[in-house]
Amino acid sequence: MSGGVDSAVAAARAVEAGHEVVGVHLALSRMPGTLRTGSRGCCTIEDSMDAQRAANVLGIPYYVWDFSERFKADVVDDFIAEYSAGRTPNPCMRCNERIKFAALLEKALALGFDAVATGHYAKVVTGASGALELHRANAESKDQSYVLGVLTAEQLAHAYFPLGDTASKQLVRAEAAERGLSVAQKPDSYDICFIPDGDTKGWLAERVGTETGDIVDRSGAVVGSHEGAHAFTVGQRRGMRLGTPASDGKPRFVLEVRPKENTVVVGPKEALAIGLIAGSRYSWAGLDPVASGLVAADGEAFDCEVQIRAHADPVPASAVLDGGELVVTPVQPLDGVAPGQTAVIYVGTRVLGQFTIDRTVSAVPVGA
Amino acid sequence: MVYLDHAATTPMLPEAIDALTAALAVVGNPSSIHSAGQQAKRLLEESREQIAATLGADGIEIVFTGNGTEAVNLAIKGLWWQRHTAAGVVAGAAEAPVARRRILMPAGEHHATIDTVEWLVAHEGAEVVELPIDEVGRVRLDVLADELDRDAASVALVTMLWANNEVGTIEPVEEAARMTARAGVPLHVDAIAAYGQVPIDFHGIRRATDAPRGAGLVALSVSAHKIGGPAGIGALVLDRSAAVEPLIHGGGQQRKVRSGTQDVAAAVSFAAAAKVTASRLGDDAARMSALRDRLVAGVAATVPDARLSGDVGPGASVRLPGNAHFSFPGCEGDSLLFLLDAAGVAVSTGSACQAGVPEPSHVLMAMGRSEADARGALRITIGHSSTDADVDAFLSALPAAHALAAKAGLAARATSFDR
Repeated sequence: MSGGVDSAVAAARAVEAGHEVVGVHLALSRMPGTLRTGSRGCCTIEDSMDAQRAANVLGIPYYVWDFSERFKADVVDDFIAEYSAGRTPNPCMRCNERIKFAALLEKALALGFDAVATGHYAKVVTGASGALELHRANAESKDQSYVLGVLTAEQLAHAYFPLGDTASKQLVRAEAAERGLSVAQKPDSYDICFIPDGDTKGWLAERVGTETGDIVDRSGAVVGSHEGAHAFTVGQRRGMRLGTPASDGKPRFVLEVRPKENTVVVGPKEALAIGLIAGSRYSWAGLDPVASGLVAADGEAFDCEVQIRAHADPVPASAVLDGGELVVTPVQPLDGVAPGQTAVIYVGTRVLGQFTIDRTVSAVPVGA
Repeated sequence: MVYLDHAATTPMLPEAIDALTAALAVVGNPSSIHSAGQQAKRLLEESREQIAATLGADGIEIVFTGNGTEAVNLAIKGLWWQRHTAAGVVAGAAEAPVARRRILMPAGEHHATIDTVEWLVAHEGAEVVELPIDEVGRVRLDVLADELDRDAASVALVTMLWANNEVGTIEPVEEAARMTARAGVPLHVDAIAAYGQVPIDFHGIRRATDAPRGAGLVALSVSAHKIGGPAGIGALVLDRSAAVEPLIHGGGQQRKVRSGTQDVAAAVSFAAAAKVTASRLGDDAARMSALRDRLVAGVAATVPDARLSGDVGPGASVRLPGNAHFSFPGCEGDSLLFLLDAAGVAVSTGSACQAGVPEPSHVLMAMGRSEADARGALRITIGHSSTDADVDAFLSALPAAHALAAKAGLAARATSFDR
């Protein structure tokens, strides 16, 4: 229970479904802030108190479990390391993979619990074969199946998402109000929870340091300078303060971040178009495609949709597992793909699996 | 519910509840001049005297506060400002103010003390000298002696516990009082955990240590809810000769040390609890330590690798009678707490919490224990209402809780979901 409305209603529904429910708040920082600020939606003492008040209203016991060390090692330090390496990680995904459905779940199972219920908008359903499947939530605009794409069959077996069937967040808020939960109108959280003021760039600069480097175009010509490559994300347009305009007069976008050379490559929007993404670190959310009957054998392509950000639209694609690498070719080019990002593969509403993008092929050759 | 966390708070005594409810019906501000005020004042002063009697002090020396923490703050900050800031001014003359910057404080104090002293360091230029504690949690008197010998003139005050609230170790208060009396330095003792468990004789110690005016044991903090009184009232025993700067200014009540309308009903209830507790102190202590010893023996029998922390004796005056404190290797204290709670037994990890997160105990760390040991700590404290059945319930719930907590402890180090 983060202290937000979703987990409070999820807990309420779990209680109502007849389960024996215990509220657990994760302490993810050794030095939590006192009060909530801005849109930050977790991890302060105020949030912990909100969670406890919700548990009180539901009449369930409430405890705080300290995962601050694991969170620092597996999520925060990983976030810094990934950015330093020029990649763009998703810390919420990492938290689900390493903390909520790993450290927390493991401890819960050891202590005699059956499942971890969260306020995520996603569904676990039993498929035709009898195996568990992860699906998109009914509330399309709130769907969080993307950040749960890392869950394996074993983790899904112990995951419970009571909000998956609800059509909208508004309904969840209304239900919270009806149940007398004080968090009914608490603002949504958008930012990364461990960056209190939402200034990711400044936060990273403090930890990674600043070092002046070049901004170059695709031909290698220096067109500007920056204070640290880690502050840039592929697809970014603003904040480059380039003195000289591009020869074609069009806006320039970050195409690539090269942390080792501390160099940022820029170019026209068309050059952002990616025609192929691939990665060797993949997992299946449940049965793999062969066992699912989607394909007869490894090496055989199958149709799917691919989503590369939590709130991006899915794009129809063809996927193939080729020599330990999952290769996905979208029917139309993808924009703003950064290495380190996670691509989640769907078949209809079902999450098939995910992989970390470590190779991309531009849809437009240099000079085109 | 089996309640074995009496060091956190203990049930109110029936006498204290009766006294409170009766006194709540009495109208009158004790500072008012009319008869109603005088009636309230009488109840208040009788209470002060009754409490003083249980502490070997006089009524006039009892300063009521909002809680034990406020009493500690008043003693430490009040003595600091008087001795450091005001001292130079009072001394007048052209010479520079006396530079009494140092506060001598053992490691392993309660946060009421630690955080107050740290605040003085951060904001008022104080210097803290942390006195080491030994492996049972007792302050190293030789280091205190050295620090006083080295430069007593620079010491603003010494502060220490009468008994450690986590591991129950009783501190050598009289010896420290003697050293500070000789050195001409004031000593504050936080007796919040000790009050109601062991005899406390404020004047007795001052006499036995030949304390001069303003030095030796001059201040001692207690709290009502630890002895079966209500929460929301504490007291600072403040020797007549000790000057402290007030933290709260206003109507000048209570020797101008602590302004604000006095809570007569809370004081009356506090006094009722003090009286009852003092009248059966020896009997209760013997009964509590017998229960505690049975609990400790039972733990040793069922979980052989459990380690009892603090002073294990011999001798009755080395440890609080109701305190048992264990480290369970390989277990997280909060897992044990959760599992025992689920089994209907309330215990504590013993250490301070931030938003409900137990921190590894700074007391155990200062005793030289590992962080893993500190994380696996569990404090079980027996009180006036504890029974044999409570101890039995704890001992029968422990093996299953321990087995699961050990399993969860393994999970915390490596998870099978890792890939």
